[in-house]
This record gives sequence, C-alpha cells and structure tokens, in this order.
Amino acid sequence: MIVAFTVNGEAVTARVAHPGSLLDVLRDELSLPGSKNACEQGECGSCSVILDGLLVCSCLVMAADVEGSSVTTVEGVAADGELHPVQEAMQRAGAVQCGFCTPGIVMAAIDLFAGSSSPSSIEIKEALAGNICRCTGYGAIVRALEGLATGGEQ
Amino acid sequence: MTTRIERRVTSPDGVIGQSPARPDAVPKLRGEFEYAQDLTADGMLWAATVRSPHARARIVSVDVAPALAVGGVHACLTADDVPGRSVFGLEHPDQPVLAGEEVRYWGEPVAIVAAEDPRTALRAASLVEVGYEPLPPLTDPAEAEARDEVFRRLRIRRGDQERRGSVVVEGEYQVGMQDQAPLGTEAGLAIPDGVGGVDLHATSQFVHIDQEQVVASLGLRPDQVRAHPTGIGGAFGAREDVNLHIHLCMLALHTGRPVKMVYPRAESFAGHVHRHPAWLRYRHEADEEGRLVRVEARVVIDGGAYASTTSAVLANSCYFAVGPYRCDSVAVDGVGVRTNNPPCGAMRGFGAVQVCFAYESQMDRLAASLSMDPLDLRELNALQSGDPMPTTGQSIDTPLPTREVIQSLRAMPLPDAVTRPHHSLLPGGSGLTTEPRHVRRGIGYALGIKNLGFSEGFDDYAQARVLLTADGAVVETAAIEVGQGLVTVLCQIARTALGINNVTVSHVDTSRIDSAGSTSASRQTQLSGGATLEAATRLRGRILSRLGGDHLDDSGVWQGEELVAPWTQIVEQEWNETVTFRHPPTSAPDENGQGVIHADFAVAGHRAVVDVDPDLGLVKVIRIDTVQDVGVALNPDSVRGQIEGGILQGVGLAVMEELILEDGVILNPTFTDYLLPTILDAPDVEALLIEQEGSWGPFGAKGVGEPPTISSPAAVVAAIRAASGKELNRIPVRPQDIAL
Amino acid sequence: MVEVNFGHIQPETVAGLRRVDELKEWEGSRIGAGVTWRRIESDGPKALAEAARTVGSPQIRNAGTIGGNLGTASPAGDGHPFLAAVDASIELVSLNSTRTLDWSEFFVGVKKTARRGDELIAAVQLPEQLPERQEFGKIGIRNAMVIATVNCVVTRGDHGRTTVALGSVAPTPIRARAAEAMISAAGMPTEADLDEFQRLVMEEVRPITDHRSTEEYRRHGAGILARRLLERCLR
Repeated sequence: MIVAFTVNGEAVTARVAHPGSLLDVLRDELSLPGSKNACEQGECGSCSVILDGLLVCSCLVMAADVEGSSVTTVEGVAADGELHPVQEAMQRAGAVQCGFCTPGIVMAAIDLFAGSSSPSSIEIKEALAGNICRCTGYGAIVRALEGLATGGEQ
Repeated sequence: MTTRIERRVTSPDGVIGQSPARPDAVPKLRGEFEYAQDLTADGMLWAATVRSPHARARIVSVDVAPALAVGGVHACLTADDVPGRSVFGLEHPDQPVLAGEEVRYWGEPVAIVAAEDPRTALRAASLVEVGYEPLPPLTDPAEAEARDEVFRRLRIRRGDQERRGSVVVEGEYQVGMQDQAPLGTEAGLAIPDGVGGVDLHATSQFVHIDQEQVVASLGLRPDQVRAHPTGIGGAFGAREDVNLHIHLCMLALHTGRPVKMVYPRAESFAGHVHRHPAWLRYRHEADEEGRLVRVEARVVIDGGAYASTTSAVLANSCYFAVGPYRCDSVAVDGVGVRTNNPPCGAMRGFGAVQVCFAYESQMDRLAASLSMDPLDLRELNALQSGDPMPTTGQSIDTPLPTREVIQSLRAMPLPDAVTRPHHSLLPGGSGLTTEPRHVRRGIGYALGIKNLGFSEGFDDYAQARVLLTADGAVVETAAIEVGQGLVTVLCQIARTALGINNVTVSHVDTSRIDSAGSTSASRQTQLSGGATLEAATRLRGRILSRLGGDHLDDSGVWQGEELVAPWTQIVEQEWNETVTFRHPPTSAPDENGQGVIHADFAVAGHRAVVDVDPDLGLVKVIRIDTVQDVGVALNPDSVRGQIEGGILQGVGLAVMEELILEDGVILNPTFTDYLLPTILDAPDVEALLIEQEGSWGPFGAKGVGEPPTISSPAAVVAAIRAASGKELNRIPVRPQDIAL
Repeated sequence: MVEVNFGHIQPETVAGLRRVDELKEWEGSRIGAGVTWRRIESDGPKALAEAARTVGSPQIRNAGTIGGNLGTASPAGDGHPFLAAVDASIELVSLNSTRTLDWSEFFVGVKKTARRGDELIAAVQLPEQLPERQEFGKIGIRNAMVIATVNCVVTRGDHGRTTVALGSVAPTPIRARAAEAMISAAGMPTEADLDEFQRLVMEEVRPITDHRSTEEYRRHGAGILARRLLERCLR
C-alpha cells in the first residue's frame, strides 16, 4: 500500500510493506537511515522520532497508521551545514562515542527542550530514561544537556 | 625561489593533551554516519540464518528444498557448501561455519538463506527442515572438568609453596554471564567482485583476522578477499570473533550478488560470544600486620561450546588472580571448560573482571579479620613499579602507581546526604517503593589491575601509514574505531608529530595495509598510536632533511623565518611512511606460569557509594569515584568517556546484567529481560587521572578502556555489603540476595 | 508491533485506532481506551498517575494507552492494580452491543481477557467517588523501562475501608481480600495489625518463579510493599 505523510517538512508518499513499521519505511523507502533499529521492541529509544508532536519509538508505529501525519527525524532537526543547539551541545561535551544511540538521544532531548527551556537535571534524566546508551555511561550526555539548560539558547 | 611570508601562528590545534571534537561527531549527530547496518548495494540480496533450537543434538537430516521453493529465494546453503576449511576460530579453529553432524549450542548456525528481501529470507529460513536428535547437553562446568572437556588448564606456582600465614580467609565466588550488548547488532554486506573474489564490509574489531578466516573457509587466495572497516555501533568484545562474515561471503559468491545481513537483537544475543561465567575459590593468608603471605586460587571459567578466546581469557584470570598486590607465595589453578552452553569469549576486562570480584571480596574479608581499614590493607600490600608480578614473577618496569591510586581515592570527597531526595535518587526510583528511612548507605572500595596489549608471546603489532596529500596529512589504518575515539587520538598524535593541523584518518581495507591488530585489550591507542607517531615523526624528518628546513606546518617547510617550500611544492612528490609498531616482546609461560608474560599494566581504583533498601533488596548506585593510571592522557575527554562508560558496564554486571541459562538455552535474549543500565541507573562519576610517563605507548600513553570495568563491580558489591550486612558472593547481586 | 517486528505474527488486516477520537474521550470518571499514559500521568487520579509514570519510557507513554494495556492483560500491567483496587469496570463494544464487565470478570488469565473477538475495549469506568488515600508502588530491578516484579495499589477511604490490589503475583491482578478485611476492621491499626496485614498479603499472593524473579522474593516483596503503601495511606 501507499502512505502519504510529511517527513521533516516535506510531503512524501511511500510504499509500505505491510505490516511494517514507520522505522522500516524511514530507513528502507525514504533513505532516512538516521533512526536506528537496535531492539525491535521499543526498549532502547534508538528509533525515536517526533510523530504529530509526540516523541515515540518509530519501530512501534505501524507504517500504515501515519497517513496524513507529520514526522520529524534526526535528519530534519537542522539545515544542511548547521547543528541544532542540542547537537552542538553534545558535540562540545564529547557526548558521542559509537553514535548508535545518538540520533534517538538528540530527538528525546529536542522534545524535552521543546516543552521546557530550563529543565532540571532530574527532568533531563527522566526525559531520556527511554534511551539506552552503552558507550558513554550517560555522563557527557547529561553534562551537555545541563549546560544547554542553564546557559544556552534553544 | 623562496618567499618571505609573515610568520603566522602555526602550532596546530587539537594536539595531544587536548580534547578536540571527534571528526565523526557531526555525521553521527546528524544521523548521516554510515554504519554497517546502513550499507546498500545495487542488486543486493538479504540473508538469514537457520539456528539450532537445541543446546546439543545430532543432525540427522537437512532439507533445504522447502526454503528454495519460496519465490525470491536465491540460495540456501549448508555445511556441505562450505568450499574451504569447515571450521573457524580466533585462537583455535574448532567452530563449524555451519553445523554438519552435530549442534553443540543453542543458536548454532545450521544453514543460511539469501533472498530478495529480509522477510522472504526469514520465512525461507523458517521452512528449512532440520531433523534433530536431541542429546543431553553438558551444562555443568564441574562435570565438564571431570570429563576432561577442557580448552585449557593453567597452573601457576611462584615462591615457596610451604609458606603459611597466621590469618586465613577463604571464600567462594561466582560471576554470571554478562553480554556486551552493543547497541549496533551484527551487520554486514559482502560484494562479489565478479572474478571469484569478494569485498566484505562487516561489523568487526579486527578485519585482518576476519579476512584470514574467510579466506580459509572459502578456499580462496588471500588477495581475493578484502575486509573493509565499517561504521560500528559499539563492540566491547562481541566483534572479535567471526559470526556472519563467512556466511555473507559464501552467499555472495554462490549467488553472484551482494548479500546483506543484519541480526535482530535476539539473534545477536545468540550469535556472538559472551563474558565467561566464573567460579572462584580462594584462600588468602596474611601475617598479623596484614602483609599477604600466600594466595591460593582456583579459577573455573565456562567457555561454552567452542574455543573462541577461552585460552587467553583463562590466562588473564589466572595471571591477575592476586590483583595489584605483592605476594611471594602464590598457587593458581585455572581451567577453561567446554560445555554445551553458549560460547564465551572477549568482553571488556577479559578474565580480569571475574577474579577482581573475588580477590577484592577476599581483601575486604581479610581486613575485617584483622580489624584493619580496607584501604590500609591494600596500601600495605600495594604492587608498585619494580616489584615482581605476584603470579608470573615478571618485573614491572613501567609505572604502576598503585599506592598513589589508593591515596588519591581516599582523599576524594564523599557526597553529602540529600535531605529530601527526589524519588529518582532513591532505590526503587519512580516505583516509589522506598522512603529515606528505609535506606542504608554503604561505601565500598576496590582496586583492579589489567594488562595492556596481547600477552604470552603473541606477536602483537599494528601498522599505520602517514602520507601527504594536497589537503594535508592522512593516517591510513585498518584499526577499527568502535566509538572509543581512536580516530580522534590518531589525528592528535599525527598533528603533534608533524606540526600540521590538517590531518584526517582514512580507514583502509586489508589489501591496502597490514594488520593493526584487534581493537581490544585496551591496545589500539598504544599500538596504532605508536605506529602513527613513529611514521609521522620519520616522515617529518625526511621532509625537512630533503627540503632543507627546520620546521613544518600547514603552509609548508620553513627554514627560520623563510618558507623554503610551500605545501603545494612538497606534495609534488609522494610522501608516505609506513611503520609496523610492536610493543616490547613478551614470552610464553614456563611450566609454572612464570615469564615476561605481559606488555604493560594499568591499575585503577574505585569507590562506590550505594544506597540500599535492605528489606526489598533494591539498590541505587549514587556515585562512583575513581582514580586511574593512564600514563599520559592524550585526549582527556575521551579518557573520561571511556571511564564513565566502562564504569556503567561494571555497575551493570554488579546489579542487573546476566544472561540466564536453562539447559544451555538463553531465557532472556531481549532488552526487556537483559537489563542494561538506563540514565536513571547511572551513578555520578568523578574521575582522577594519574599521569606518569614511562610506558612505551605514544608520549607515554597507556590504554584506558578496560580498567574502569575491572574493579567497579567489586566496589559496588562492597558498598552493598556495608549497607546490608549480607555476604554477597555472586554478581550480579539480585534483590533476593539482599532481602531474603 | 513488537510481535510483528519479531516476525511472530503477520496480520493481513489491521485497524488503526490511534485516531479514533471517541476512544480518546475522557469524561470525569470514564477514561477512553485510547487515552495515553502520558495524559494519565498528568491528569489521572493520584495512584493511577503514579503508575502511569512507571510505564515503559517517555516514548512508550506517548503512544501506549490504557486500553492497550488492558488488551494485552499482562499480569504485570502497571495500570491494573489501580483498576482492581477501585473496582473499575471495562466497557466493551461490538457492532451490535455494549457491555460492561467488572475488572475481575475482564481479566481471565495470563494475557487472557473476556473480550470477544468482535469487541473493542472502549473505555474504563472508574467509580464516581475515589478513595481519598491511594498509593502506588512497583518493584523493579532497574529504575526505568522495567517489568514489575511486584506492583501494588493500596487505597483507604471512609471508615478505614482499605483495598489492596497487586500485580505480578498471580495470573491476573488480584485483591488481597483477607488482608483488606482484617485491616479495614482494625480501626486505627497498630504495629501488630500491620504485621498481620503484611503476613496475610504474603499468604494471599500466588507468585511464580521465572527468569525475572523467584516466588519467594515476590511473596516477600508483596508483603513489604503493601505494608509500606498502607503506612503511607495512614499518615
């Protein structure tokens, strides 16, 4: 079947191999491999996207269900050659190692700052509780986002 | 013709000692970095693997016809289709590429399928009819040893075996099976070259050894197989062994099409090696002042069905069985057994983690027996530079600041108690199980020691090439970047040695450069960094000498204030330097386990502050302070990243990570039930680095990846013991171990 | 979707309920099946909101619904003890009929409900009056994204009427009736009453040993957790 929706501001139509997930469509049909598959069950957050304003695991969204919806992936958070303040903060803080969790963390952090310009440390951690990182121990990620919360502009 | 140019500031940015941004950070942040998972090729087929549901069974029949009958299926291969050597293996080739007569572990590959799309491949794989005659699996290590199902035995005897101490502490300890669980699962793409050869792009820690095994099993010439480094989502030891590499190449050559495979998570758990579970029996004897007189240790590790790196892991366990302490009467007996449990191999810490839990538990018990402060006991016995290794007798001739680690750790400030802690700071978290009055806080210490580089006489080397282009310098290497920051530090080393800013790293395949060795054993900065440093230094020397200058920078060669050769002129000719760097040689052990076994050592200490709800057995690791011997920190941020990440893996082993087996079958091969620490489980970490020059690594650097994982589990458990009063002889600690 | 991703099922036809607005309606004590845990976390009654906060992760809570949880009927479902503790009912609709089942009739076994194949879970109906004191707790091995080893809701209302509901200790959520009866009759409970209450809870639960925990620990944890939640209600 064909699904028509908006991705990163652009109207797209995609072939959906039913009953595949939104993550499958993003990666396989729309050449947006930024969202990652690491667990197939919404337990790691590497596939996080914003769907109709809400942060969700795209591996748990049935592709057919996004007809008419609006999706933002990591590829859509900053223009070419630019970085979103979250991305810049993470780069400065050394919060990227293997990078597999990074797009999901970026999306969760962007969602957090969309709701609150100065989240507390606890709010930062609760917002990222659905994103697993195996490399960094989360330390640099927390420092990046705490820095953004207290000092940076969003 | 020379030109007078005003001298600009020309020391490069991003040299050693700084923390320049990773060159791959932006692509990773933008989701543009290419991982093996993301690779595609025109005409690509997808592969799937048929795996054994039994831990042990005879294969009576294999019928691939039902799979081949599915539309879109291009191939279904079995053991009979392996063109070359039927087995593979890192140390001993004993593992079948595809099981032929018998399966020896749950999940062992029996057949592989290539089809037009992943779903078809999976469906076809499910239709392959394998007739199994299940056999009783051997899963008990004690029984395995009794039956002489053994990969390796190691016997260490050092010093006067009759020495006895007046204070004796005995204990038995157990370490469960941890999994590396890197976020990126196994993935790869094999592309046939049309003339009988193949290019392999697959997740790996060591492309040259993959290539060797592919060549052997495909019966090809070495020049026909090229293994390419690819983007990889973490490793931690899971990527040293071959898993899908030979399968992909077989299917690619058989079908004549590129073939891709990505393991889903459950298959990943089944498809790679795990940390060896261990059973440890110890006897520590000391004098009345607390000086260690004798240590006896019995080490059993379960290697599972195939050899993998069990031999080396066992060696590590035994050689580090005493820990960073002096002791002149030592007896260690170790065995790595073969069972029908899932194969075990490399995981960060590589055998040193398991014994550390045991010897540090022993040291705490010894301190208690002597009514001594646990750190005082450790400091009294601290192993230092110039001392002999207690197990091997090797004189430690690089810095080993054990005493400084202890003293610095002791001095680090403890966190204040929080008066009205948010629930996320309490055991139980948002589960709201626990109020402050239910909490006991415990503090625990542990030290650990690890070798750096490969040991026991292994010819450990890395090759790197530095060359010049119009845009600057390039470091060519086959060394794998798994996320640790090797790409950053190689640039820093080259910048420092060459004096120029514009340096990039180029990952090249096995046909273009010789081996960099494995990204493991905390060795890559020292080995590949060492090769890069030497190559860059030699290159600079040759350029200056040839062009008559005393200084090189991005503009070119200078003689005093004069630019004698601009960059464009320099690169009119080819400049490259290839160096194969080796660490000081090591030796195989003699019949008592003695010898110059290791290339280098690093010591680290951890202090854990853990809040425990003793009635429910729930814990919250509040903080871990650490002091680590790093030689010289070439990139402080990267070092800190390795420490924080390694510590959290140690926390995972201490309190939540374990593969649960029943008759050789993994019961929890998913992220729902194999629990990785989340951000809400992560302690605050404060790290102090001890820098002492003297190691043979570039600029005196030591590897830093493993020490954080070695003693953090022991420190966490020591803290839980202090809070709960429970003995806790196994890790991971479960709530019922504390509460019941 | 997890089952689809694992390749365990390949449904030919799927009805997506995400945008059926009626299911998202929340009127007073009637919560539409399509109401997400995120909304419940911010607007729900205290103990249900606390339970919502422990469901999965922020991503899961944005998409997961109370109806979805009911449909799955995992013994460990975090929203279920609350429904049992307040005697909620579940509204089921089909083309031709609507019926309402008490929670105890709805949950039939491990991942089994009384919902017929042609029925949709339409809403959860809570009582108009909810007990003044209500406390939730969940024992899990890590601090986020964890399946409950034991979860529990204790409520205390007028005249000391106490209800105790637990999950993960039986095939379905259960009420610890004997413990409830005993403590409800006790007036202002003493330490000895609380000890007895804890003991009765431990007796009434029927936990199993699986790869996540042991029968012994679940029994022990149920007693401790229920007691602590009751103590909170009594403050």
